[in-house]
Amino acid sequence: MADGKTSSIRALGSRLLDRAEPLIKGVIYVSGWSSILFVAAIFFFIFKEAAPVLSSVDWGSFFFENRWIPNPADENKAPSYGAAGIIYGTFAITVVSMLIAMPLGLAAAVYISEFATGKTKEILKILVELLAAIPSIIWGFIGLVIMSPIIQWVFGVEVGVNLFNASLMVAFMAIPLIVSISEDSLRAVPDSYREAALALGASRWEMIYRVLFPAAKNGLLAAAMLGVGRAVGETMAVWMASGGTEQFGLLFDRVKAMTATIASEMKDTAHGDEHYQMLFVIGIVLLIICVIINVLSDLVIKGVKKKHS
Amino acid sequence: MAAPRAQHPFTASSHERTKLFREKVARNLMLVAALALIVPVLAIIVYLFYKASPVLSFSYIIDDPGPMGKSGGIWLPLMGTFYLVLTSLFIVAPIGILAGIYLNEYAPDNWLTRAIGMAVTSLAGVPSIVHAMFGVGAFVAFMKMGESLIAAACTIAVMTIPVIVTATREALAAVPMSFREACWNMGATKWQTTRTIVLPNSVSGILTGVILEVSRAAGETAPILFTGAAASVAINTSSLDRKLVPYDLDDKFMALSYHLYMVADKIAGMPEEMKFGVAAVLIALILSINSVSIALRSWLRSRKKW
Repeated sequence: MADGKTSSIRALGSRLLDRAEPLIKGVIYVSGWSSILFVAAIFFFIFKEAAPVLSSVDWGSFFFENRWIPNPADENKAPSYGAAGIIYGTFAITVVSMLIAMPLGLAAAVYISEFATGKTKEILKILVELLAAIPSIIWGFIGLVIMSPIIQWVFGVEVGVNLFNASLMVAFMAIPLIVSISEDSLRAVPDSYREAALALGASRWEMIYRVLFPAAKNGLLAAAMLGVGRAVGETMAVWMASGGTEQFGLLFDRVKAMTATIASEMKDTAHGDEHYQMLFVIGIVLLIICVIINVLSDLVIKGVKKKHS
Repeated sequence: MAAPRAQHPFTASSHERTKLFREKVARNLMLVAALALIVPVLAIIVYLFYKASPVLSFSYIIDDPGPMGKSGGIWLPLMGTFYLVLTSLFIVAPIGILAGIYLNEYAPDNWLTRAIGMAVTSLAGVPSIVHAMFGVGAFVAFMKMGESLIAAACTIAVMTIPVIVTATREALAAVPMSFREACWNMGATKWQTTRTIVLPNSVSGILTGVILEVSRAAGETAPILFTGAAASVAINTSSLDRKLVPYDLDDKFMALSYHLYMVADKIAGMPEEMKFGVAAVLIALILSINSVSIALRSWLRSRKKW
C-alpha cells in the first residue's frame, strides 16, 4: 500500500512539474540571460562609484607621473594621484612572471601532451590541476614567509619581498592555466599531421617544433594571453610578496601593483571621498584590460576549434 | 691489416644520430620543466605541514582564536568560511545550473547566445579585486547590506557563476543527442526531456562543478576584504547553538583566508606555528575538496555507458 502511495505522490509531483513548464522555462531563460546582467552591473557600479571624479582626473598625471599621495602629510597640500609607478608595478610583474611561466608552462604542456604516456600522463595532469586549485592567499603566504628569506639568502639582497618574488608567485599561479590551454590546443592538432611528419623522417622533436607549434599557434597565443590576464588581475599574492612601494624598481626592488594598491588602501578611505573614487578609477583600468584580454583569447580559442573541426 | 668493415646499411648516419640526440635533450628538458612545477610545490607543502605540526590538533580546530590570533584555535574563521561557502552556494547554484541548462538545451544559435557566452568569459576574467569593488558598490552600499556575510556571499556568488555554468554546460553536452531524440519521439516536451533524461544523466558532472565552486569560494580572499570579513569578532560561543552557528547573515564574520592574511602579515610577534597552522588547514581543506572532485570525475568516466 505504502508503495502505491509514494508512487502516486511521485506521479502528482511530476504532473505538477509538467504543468509548471511555462514558469520554469521563464526562470531558465532569465537565469541564462543573467550573466549579461551581471557583467553590465559590474561595469555600471564600478563606473558609478568612480563617476564624480572622472571628469576632473588629470589623466596626464595619472598615467605618466609617479606621485601617488592620497593623504599628504602637509594638510595644505592637495593630494596627488600620479599612478605611473603603480601601473609600472603591474606591468613589470606581468612581464617578469610571463618570462618565467611561458617557457615552463609550454614545456610542461608539450611533455604531458606528446611524451608522457599512461599513468605518468594521468598523474601529471592531476598534479597540475591541484596546483591550479591552490588559492592566491596561500601563494602570498609562501612568498612572504617562505620565499622571502630564501631570496635574501640566495641572491644576497636586503629585501626578500620584491618584484622577483611577486613574479615568481604569479608565475606559479599562471602556469597551470597556461599548461591546460596549451595542452588542449596541442591535442586539437589532428594526428594525421603527426603521422605525416614522422613518416617523412622527422624526429619527434622536429615534429613538435616544425609541425605542432605552427599548427597550434593560435591556441598557444590564447594561453599566453590568459596568463597575462591572470597576472594583471592577481591580488593577494602580488600584494603580500611585492613589497608595496610605488617606484620604477628593478628585479630585486620593492614594487606596488594596481590590484595591491586597491586592496591595501580601500579600508583607509571613507565611502565616496576622492581617494575612494580614484581607487575605482584604477579598478576601471584593470577591468577594461582584463575583459579585453579574456574576450580576445576566447575568440582565438573558438577560432582554433572551428578550424580543426 | 684487416679491411675496413663495410658500413651496415641500417646503421644510423651521423645526421640521424644528431637528430635522436636532440630529441633526447628536448624531451629531458621538458621533463625537467614539468618536474620544476611540481617538486618545489610538493616540498613547500610538506614544509608547511612540518612547521604547522606543533599546533595541529583537534583542539586547534575547535577552539576559538585567542587575542589577535596569537593563541587558541581557528573555530570561528573555519565556521565563517563554511557559512560563506554555503550561502554563496545557495545563491549561485540555482542561477548557474539553470544558466547552463539554458545555454545547452534552450538557447538558439544567435547573437544573444554568443553574447551570453562572452559575458560568462568576461565574468571569469574580471580580477577578484574588481569583484570586491563591485561588491562594495552594489551590495554593501547600493543594496544597503552593509559589510556582512550576505554581502560577501553575493560577491563570491557573482564571481563563481562561470565555474558552475561551464561545468553544467559541459556535463549536459556530454549526454548524447540520441537520448533526447528518443524522448521527444515519445511525445515529451523539452522540459520533460531535460528533467527526466538529460539532468539525471549529467548530475555527477554538475556536481563536479559545484564542488569546484566550493573550493574557489573557500580560498578567495580579495572579494571578502571589504565586503564583510573581519579580523576578529566578539561572539560568545559558550552555548552549543552559538558554537555551531556563530554568524547571522548580516554579521561581519571571520574567514580562514582572511585570518591567514591577518596572522601572516599584519600582527607583530605572531608565533610562527600559528601562521603555518592556518595555512596548513586552508591548503588541506582546498586540496581535499579538489581531490573529491577529481575522484568523482574519474569514477564517472569509468562507468559511463555511452
